[in-house]
Amino acid sequence: MTAGAVLGSAPLGAAAAVIGGAGVPWTPDEAAYPLTADPARKYGFFSQAEAAFVEAAVARIVPADALGPGAVEAGVPIFIDRQLAGEFGQATRWYMKGPWAKGEKTQGYQSRYTPAQMYRTAIKVIDEAVGRAANTSFAKLKGEDQDAFLGRLETGDAQFADVDAKAFFTLFLQNVMEGFFCDPIHGGNRGMVGWKLIGFPGARYDHRDYVLQYGKPYPLPPVSIAGRPGWSA
Amino acid sequence: MGGARAILAAVALGALASGAVSQAPAPAPPATNAALVEQGRYLAILGDCASCHTRPGGQPYAGGLPLTTPFGAIYSANITPDKDTGIGSWSEADFYRAMHEGRDDQNHHLYPAMPYPYYTRVPRAEVDAIRAYLLSVKPVGYTPPANTLPFPLNIRWGLTFWNWLYLKEGDFRPAARRSAQWNRGAYIVQGPGHCGACHTPKTLAMGDKGDDALRGGVIDNWFAPDLSGERRGGLGSWSAADIVEFLKTGRNARSSASGSMSLVVQVSTAKMTDADLSAVAVYLKSLPAAKAANPASPRTAVMTAGRAIYIDECSACHTMNGVGATRFFPPLAGNANVQSSDPTTLDHFILTGTQTAATEARPTALSMPAFAWKLTNAQVAAVATYIRNSWGNAASPVSADTVGKLRGKVAAHPLRKPPGRV
Amino acid sequence: MTQVLPKVDVLLIGFGWTGAILAQELTDAGLGVLALERGQWRDTPIDFATTFAQDELRYYWRKELFERPAHDTLTIRNTLAETALPMRDLGSFLPGSGVGGAGIHWNGQVWRYLPSDLVAKSHNLARYGKAAIPPDMTIQDYGVTYDELEPYYDKFEYLCGVSGKAGNINGAIQPGGDPFEGPRTRDYPNPPLDMPYGPTLYGQAAAALGLHPFPHPAANMSRPYTNPLGAQLGPCTYCGFCEKFGCGNYSKASPQTTILPVLLRKPNFVLKTDSEVLKINLAADGKTATGVTYIDAAGREFEQPADLVILSAYILHNVRLLLLSGIGKPYDPVSGTGVIGKNYAYQITSSVNVFYQDKILNPFIGAGALGVITNDYNGDNFDHSGLGFIGGGYIGVLQTGARPIETHPTPDGTPKWGAAWKKAVAANYLRTSTIATHGAVMSHRGNYLDLDPTYRDVYGRPLLRMTFDYTDNEHRMSGYLTEQAARVGRAMGAREIKVNKRVGSWDVVPYQTTHNTGGAIMGTDPKSSALNKYLQSWDVANLFVMGATAFPQQAGYNPTGTVAALAFHAAEAIKTQYLKDPGKPLVQA
Repeated sequence: MTAGAVLGSAPLGAAAAVIGGAGVPWTPDEAAYPLTADPARKYGFFSQAEAAFVEAAVARIVPADALGPGAVEAGVPIFIDRQLAGEFGQATRWYMKGPWAKGEKTQGYQSRYTPAQMYRTAIKVIDEAVGRAANTSFAKLKGEDQDAFLGRLETGDAQFADVDAKAFFTLFLQNVMEGFFCDPIHGGNRGMVGWKLIGFPGARYDHRDYVLQYGKPYPLPPVSIAGRPGWSA
Repeated sequence: MGGARAILAAVALGALASGAVSQAPAPAPPATNAALVEQGRYLAILGDCASCHTRPGGQPYAGGLPLTTPFGAIYSANITPDKDTGIGSWSEADFYRAMHEGRDDQNHHLYPAMPYPYYTRVPRAEVDAIRAYLLSVKPVGYTPPANTLPFPLNIRWGLTFWNWLYLKEGDFRPAARRSAQWNRGAYIVQGPGHCGACHTPKTLAMGDKGDDALRGGVIDNWFAPDLSGERRGGLGSWSAADIVEFLKTGRNARSSASGSMSLVVQVSTAKMTDADLSAVAVYLKSLPAAKAANPASPRTAVMTAGRAIYIDECSACHTMNGVGATRFFPPLAGNANVQSSDPTTLDHFILTGTQTAATEARPTALSMPAFAWKLTNAQVAAVATYIRNSWGNAASPVSADTVGKLRGKVAAHPLRKPPGRV
Repeated sequence: MTQVLPKVDVLLIGFGWTGAILAQELTDAGLGVLALERGQWRDTPIDFATTFAQDELRYYWRKELFERPAHDTLTIRNTLAETALPMRDLGSFLPGSGVGGAGIHWNGQVWRYLPSDLVAKSHNLARYGKAAIPPDMTIQDYGVTYDELEPYYDKFEYLCGVSGKAGNINGAIQPGGDPFEGPRTRDYPNPPLDMPYGPTLYGQAAAALGLHPFPHPAANMSRPYTNPLGAQLGPCTYCGFCEKFGCGNYSKASPQTTILPVLLRKPNFVLKTDSEVLKINLAADGKTATGVTYIDAAGREFEQPADLVILSAYILHNVRLLLLSGIGKPYDPVSGTGVIGKNYAYQITSSVNVFYQDKILNPFIGAGALGVITNDYNGDNFDHSGLGFIGGGYIGVLQTGARPIETHPTPDGTPKWGAAWKKAVAANYLRTSTIATHGAVMSHRGNYLDLDPTYRDVYGRPLLRMTFDYTDNEHRMSGYLTEQAARVGRAMGAREIKVNKRVGSWDVVPYQTTHNTGGAIMGTDPKSSALNKYLQSWDVANLFVMGATAFPQQAGYNPTGTVAALAFHAAEAIKTQYLKDPGKPLVQA
């Protein structure tokens, strides 16, 4: 018999793995487990002013209302903070070499800013613009004024020298959706409120009993990768 | 991410060099009888020598695999023909003495992790054949790590007393009243197959409790199940054909070979002849049932939590009703492993995951993922208790404390790396 | 310092579907096979176990199983007049990386091309005349016919345990199947999956309109399945994390679930991961590959000699390696000469959302290829006279699992955020079904691949440059398909529909399909193709190039079935013809 098992950890940059002749390698309790958010996490990326902007803005994107909690209650600001502090914020996976050009709109993201830099720059210029126009910060505007301002970012009507407002808004809106609907292990969708709003049952792996139940409400509660309250006696 | 990725080089790349389509042949063995070597090769399969004497990533028979005992780790020896680190310089008599009396070439005691209390049933001619075969494999210069036994257990002469208690030296003696097939099965099970080394409960000194032979035992953080005719935790509901299929392919309609049995099937039983497997099955089916336990009832709140975890985490493979998918994902309803008097194996499966045997007949090693990183001790206990007491199953509830102790032990296993959770 | 390694019989560059197929076939023939994979080792219990695989953010939005643009990307532009810029993040397509390649995160949609798709040029000329093919439409016949490929389509379907219903067995039309498909010798190995409510409603409406709905052929198991190699695939649980995800319970066909358990037991096979091929090396005559140069993750460079080299990476990398290695004449879009990079094509998609007021559809229940399809408007299954385009596509409801970050449809007129958005999402999520159209893309003189003059990868090599846009043919065809989809949508008895036409130029951002094709196409003439019918390079006889790279244009179907059939067809030719006289062309130019 030729033994086949995983030998030791090979961090990125180590020599190639060579496999063959001994079957498929396997080691107990070894897998690409997720990095889970610490529920007690505070802001690690945003400054106080930035956090104020993000909290105010996400509350306009998904407001708390009669239908249920909104993005703030779902922990979206902390989710975004955590994302920007990590690989996503640093654009670790993206091709970030120049030369840089604006490009056609079909050529996608062409900013030299990483998402973290994009947030930092955009929030600064937005608050400066609000300061010039209304002598206050975005977070202190009235709700309808905040909506109007976000609307101008969305359409591209708002123009800034240092940052593409529309590109920022597109990124921001996407991150809010992520934070509202992601698995709670990432720090957003707290209490699975995003899933409860729409009826998504979460990180389940077996719907066989319900495929042919045409028109019937799904009976099981949502579950996170980290579980649900019913798991404890 | 915790995923460690490096995999051993199991095949020398040179083997793929142009024209060479298989591994380079081992250096020519000493002049020997080819038929004797072939006989020895099969006996080494019956004896499952390679399972223990090959460490993950190591060369066959070069040793170094740790067996954890309640006292510490014992590492298997290098039994390749290497003169310095293996058994290349051992005489026939040295080898026979090791197999029959548990002493090495220097006349030092071997620890009974080496199952010489079973190998002693193997007659001289067969022992010589095994030696002839081992001398034909590739010599590997490798010295296994030192054992981690504390004083006084590291003093080997203490084993004289152990052997006096537990070693009943001598060849297998067939039972006259029984068929040749039964006797062949009994020989394999009691002799080279050394099934009782795991499946027989142990005394505090790790000797076999002879009166309870094959009624299940804890070894290396697994509970090797009862092989008697007991209906819940034993083989009472298995037919002889079920046993043969299990040992040959690694699965049958009732269970899958996993945990440490996975390797036994891959290395040993899957390569046995059908006649020998049938003989083993006939012998095992003749074992009387142990007295069934009368388990306590689980708490309702625990069963409710266990059911919630089961539905969310287990049903994708084992199905909501516990029947699984025959020969793919084992049924939990009626499963002997999950209803064993001792829940160690079920808890171990849940904590570290497990992989079924990959065999010629069933090459896919279907795997169960680990839950240690996502379930608390109480949650593991709840779902284990639910599995042990649903769909007609009945077995004692599992406590969070039991799970916690096992978690500590499997985490401390010398082969394991730190958990990948961040 | 480049270390020279011992020569191997066969070297595979890239280890996804085609690499695994070739390795399995050629090790069976007794050859020693080495596969070099640039990415990491991946397997079910390690990388996508049921305990954490269902993580939409991590796997789709953070793209953990996909190619990393930081390591390797391409530049893109719509026209020759534009400056190509790097695809900085993935979007429109999602190539894989690591063992199994995109075969891990694909949907399991297994199609055969129509017999007429494989002879698209001669078929359309014969039926519609010269005028039907505009001067800049550079379509060609494949050089291999459906009848030649049929045994290999069959082989792949049985390898993968496809769940489906035959529509044509040896010429006899089968009720409940696709009546338009080419004749097959036997039914699929597994019955169709259970069909959820949304696709069922589509099928009922389509049938009432006289169309021919049938279950999508799916490499998602409708029951436990043991394939001809003995590999075991579990039953699909409709978890809805299939498309863009790895399958945690062995129920989606992948190299891991269908081939690797057997292949990795063989002593004459070795896989090296984290080993990226930099170029294919040629002998001084330029007509023989001597092996490759590759670099491992530690930055060590090796020269690996081989008798036979098989390029089995993703199509974009296949084409780039050919260009970087100086194999074949690069294509020039101005003169229309040269072959490497020629006839890059893709897929054109659109959709129609169908919103019900009261019907609960539970759209999160799903599998990658779970759905009801109509092929009435695919290929040349309908009369194109007067329509102004050739080709077509399939239309249907595929319920792949409505993961909520990606899928929360809202009716026309709904804002993208705020209280009104929230209300619309809450009201519609469980009650919306989506009809998809999946159309062909014909090849065009100006759509091609070459090396970018400006941007470089981590090793300093030029990135591939893609110049691509949809032409009038695609817009007309997709518009027509979308109208047909809307017609069925309106017949489904819903409150309202929303039509999402594909308009304007191809955009790299929204996900469309990972069905990039062409660039080193197969054919019968070395002047107009890079490969012969066995995927053997016309220029370098001991080099074979796998994948959709060989497609002269893209049909209205997902490519994997044809990619695999061509791979099996090539493997058979290598085993039965090439090895008798290695290093010789199998087809005389």
